[in-house]
Amino acid sequence: MTTLYAILIDGMIYASWLFLVAAGLTVIYGVMRILNMAHGSFYSIGAYSGASLVGWYFAGGDGAPYWSYLLLLGAALAAGLFIGLLVEQGLLQFMYKRDEILMVIITYALLLILEDATKLIFGVDPYFTYQPYSLLGRSSFGELTFANYDLALIAVSVLIGAACWLVLNRTNRGKVLRAVIQDREIAVAMGVNVKLMFAATFVVGTTLGALAGALTAPAISVSPGIGVEVIVLAFAVVVVGGLGSIEGAIVGALLVGLTRSVAVHLAPQIELFVIYGVMSLVLAVRPQGLFGRNLARKI
Amino acid sequence: MRRTTSRIVPTAVALAASLAFAAPALAADNGKFRIGVVTFLSGGAAGPFGVPSLNGAKVLVDALNEGKLPAPYNLKGINGVEIETVIVDENGGATKQVEEFRNLAERHKVDAVIGYISSGDCLAIAPVAEELKMPTVFFDCGTSRLFEENKAPTYVFRTGLDAAIDNIGAARYLVDSGRKLDSVASIQQNYAWGHDSWADFSAAIQQLKPGVKVATEQLPKLFQGQYGAEISAISVSRPDVIHSSFWGGDMEALVLQGAARGLFDKRAAVLTCGESALDRFKGQAPNGLILGARGPFGAFAPQNPLSDWFRTAYRGKNEIEPTYPAFKMAQAILGLKAAVEKTGAKPGTIPAKEAVAKSFKGLNFESVSGTVQMARAGGHQALQGIAYGEYSFDAKSGKATLANVRHYSGECVTPPDGTTAAVWIKAGFPGAQCK
Repeated sequence: MTTLYAILIDGMIYASWLFLVAAGLTVIYGVMRILNMAHGSFYSIGAYSGASLVGWYFAGGDGAPYWSYLLLLGAALAAGLFIGLLVEQGLLQFMYKRDEILMVIITYALLLILEDATKLIFGVDPYFTYQPYSLLGRSSFGELTFANYDLALIAVSVLIGAACWLVLNRTNRGKVLRAVIQDREIAVAMGVNVKLMFAATFVVGTTLGALAGALTAPAISVSPGIGVEVIVLAFAVVVVGGLGSIEGAIVGALLVGLTRSVAVHLAPQIELFVIYGVMSLVLAVRPQGLFGRNLARKI
Repeated sequence: MRRTTSRIVPTAVALAASLAFAAPALAADNGKFRIGVVTFLSGGAAGPFGVPSLNGAKVLVDALNEGKLPAPYNLKGINGVEIETVIVDENGGATKQVEEFRNLAERHKVDAVIGYISSGDCLAIAPVAEELKMPTVFFDCGTSRLFEENKAPTYVFRTGLDAAIDNIGAARYLVDSGRKLDSVASIQQNYAWGHDSWADFSAAIQQLKPGVKVATEQLPKLFQGQYGAEISAISVSRPDVIHSSFWGGDMEALVLQGAARGLFDKRAAVLTCGESALDRFKGQAPNGLILGARGPFGAFAPQNPLSDWFRTAYRGKNEIEPTYPAFKMAQAILGLKAAVEKTGAKPGTIPAKEAVAKSFKGLNFESVSGTVQMARAGGHQALQGIAYGEYSFDAKSGKATLANVRHYSGECVTPPDGTTAAVWIKAGFPGAQCK
């Protein structure tokens, strides 16, 4: 029974992290049809920004420790806004009419550039800012003990998922965005400022990626290459769920998170394979992903 | 005029290009002892290993050139010749490293190469070093296969230790500490280093304490960073001891996440590479965590004039204590210097590479970690002991030290020539001399 509880709770924690990482990626693809390979770099920049700011805060003296959570949030928002605007206005807006494959290559080049830029700015030494992680204490369930920070991340990802769904489905802006998603050309014809929607969407997607990084930073040692590691997982989740679908990202994250948790507890030797096994299985049965739509090709 | 101008530009370009290519040949004749230093300057291994080792190299080379080292290394430079270094980033994979090695040998015309943290790189470089007859000193890579696959080396030396020693030493430490040891859990990075470390450790612990059960074997991906499920799986399996060869950011994340969840409250954990983060844990690691330094390096280095000097010099330049990668790099440079000066070449001259290789073979030399005997692999592999100790953090001073340190001699934990570590462990460590 303990193992079952462990599998469920670990699965939920990992799924919530996966959703936080993948949400921005799927939002950007859903609206802009850009498979953003540089998403991992935004995660990495968010992590470094959060870790730097929190590290500076605690090194500075006796500030109230709970302010560190606001600092993490602030760092993510600032990093996401800055990088998102820079990339969208400085590069992507000139490329929107290009082929989707070309956009993948462009964003891959961006990933490489941002990886090196991150090293130049933050150096190669790992950043270890653990204070926010241990501040919330721990909770025990029998033999199992969990950090309250990890449990809080579940709540954060639920909030973000709910916020994304509400905005898309219950606001006017969301309706306009759904119109752009369904048919960009008609949306333009109806007077929607698609360029502005794209810019806003890209910044939101970047900020979500940076937020995932900033919230993860207190639990890890932030070091070069974390963005590249994360992008592969993020792709697996959004591909399982269906590119462009928030509901798909939620279900994809849950599926991948729980499956991986089962493997870790019961068959750790196949843990690496199992995520991609799930992805292959889903794609074999439903190539557009669980919540993806079959799109008719326009000629 | 136009004809003249149209000839000047291509000529100037050709001249500039030829000078650029000629530069290495000119530089090679500048009379300095040129060492190629190869270590990770980017990627996940840079922070914990590459950068500290490069810092160690810089401290030592600068001090050698100024003649500031204590005896027996008070002769300036190497054999009285000023040292210059060509630094190469080890990131990028074995194929790239082979190319870089050839560049060092053929374009930069180095007199020796010191480097290599990745075992894959060491295995790829060794045959090339032999082919190019380049004295090459591996300072850190731990693969047991190095001298199993290169059975008759001439130019390849390793002043760092075989990784099997880390795990044999860890097993001995756990048994000798008298801890409850009915079951062991493993968490290793899922690549050759992790697999080999666990294989050596599990075989050694079974020999020393038959009947020890394996509670769980976790193999997360390298650089995974998040170990929630693995920590739960280990907690649920209730081992007495946890063994891990994690390094770098993965190790720090495991300790942080594990400590926050009480993973180490009821059990001991041994981290074979733990000393590299001794000053970084800052009290987040629990007191009693067992740390290793892959030999008598870093915080385990004996107090002698050389190690005292090195610690002071390193701290002075880098504002932190030198960890084991810095010590290991210093050891490699000192070994090379000792080998060159033993050739008997006139001070102020650089002996032939063949003479250096001959002199390095079977050498005994003083190092920042004590006396080093090149007494394995036919005189090409260093023989030294290993130590483990328990992390102890003083919250008042903010300093971390090691308590309950035990040292094991090289003869106790190192397989003799002619056998592999796996066979030696399985046979019950025949001939091991442990006090």
